[in-house]
Amino acid sequence: MLELLTTIKRSDFMSDITVGVVVFPGSNCDHDTEHAVASFPGIKPVMLWHNDHDLQGAKAIILPGGFSYGDYLRAGSIARFSPIMKEVIEFAQKGFPVLGICNGFQVLLESGLLEGALSRNRDKKFLCCQTHIRAVNGSTIFTSLYPEDELLSIPIAHGEGNYFAPSEVIERLEEHQQIVFKYTDAGGKITDEANPNGSLKNIAGIVNRQGNVLGLMPHPERASEKILGSLDGRGLFESLFLHIAEV
Amino acid sequence: MPYIAKIKVTLRQSILDVQGKAVDHALKNLGYRTVESARIGKYIEVTIHETELAEAERIGNEISQKLLSNPVMENYSLELVQI
Repeated sequence: MLELLTTIKRSDFMSDITVGVVVFPGSNCDHDTEHAVASFPGIKPVMLWHNDHDLQGAKAIILPGGFSYGDYLRAGSIARFSPIMKEVIEFAQKGFPVLGICNGFQVLLESGLLEGALSRNRDKKFLCCQTHIRAVNGSTIFTSLYPEDELLSIPIAHGEGNYFAPSEVIERLEEHQQIVFKYTDAGGKITDEANPNGSLKNIAGIVNRQGNVLGLMPHPERASEKILGSLDGRGLFESLFLHIAEV
Repeated sequence: MPYIAKIKVTLRQSILDVQGKAVDHALKNLGYRTVESARIGKYIEVTIHETELAEAERIGNEISQKLLSNPVMENYSLELVQI
């Protein structure tokens, strides 16, 4: 388990940094995400209702997990057209950080902020379990604080986490180091057996070309508190918050 | 008179259809040995209140590409019927 690596140092005169957590109808990991974010000193989470157009001065936006619009039509397909997504997309296009967790990753893919698509898990079952992942790109603003090749224990909870993209997209993702997290076995090896859902190349999370938009299927907010069995999710949030505190 | 847009959304051939595989397996279990390869799609009907066919077709294609199908994994076909 990772120790707390850094503390975000804020002077007494500076106010907390705001991080927005979007709430779609059907989101159910928004409060867990808020809770995890609030555990970092100097960071203040705000809940952003999907029908609003105000990002409330957030320096980073998180699209949380859940079942927005009941996963109707396709997971994330309707949430991507929620009113606030206009501001979220503009925010991302300007280079500010956006993090999509699970259903949030689905929304980012449907909106085109990330490339590819997610379909039903290979073995048809909804999977709710701890997985091992590795940050195969430790240079992103979301992974800078993870030691190289560190094995992370983070839970997944999804029925449609099977990442797909056409081969030319996969090649491009590899060429530009946009694949950020991969599923591994307990020894850190990237194998078929370690792949819970059939995702191409064991992809668990990817970043856009610019490096400011990350989507991942595992839930770092469920691995941010000792009582939940793993603190390995904290490194992702820390890396991100360190980045927004510095700019 | 409005049009009914009849849209079929199907998985691209290269995509693994896990639901289709489950159905295929069930059909074989029911004894249908000559049946193969079920692939499951969606059928959507949308009423379009336009008088011109060309406009109804344009809208039908637009909504199919924008929302009703995901071009990364799915194809769609559009049929318009005047009611």
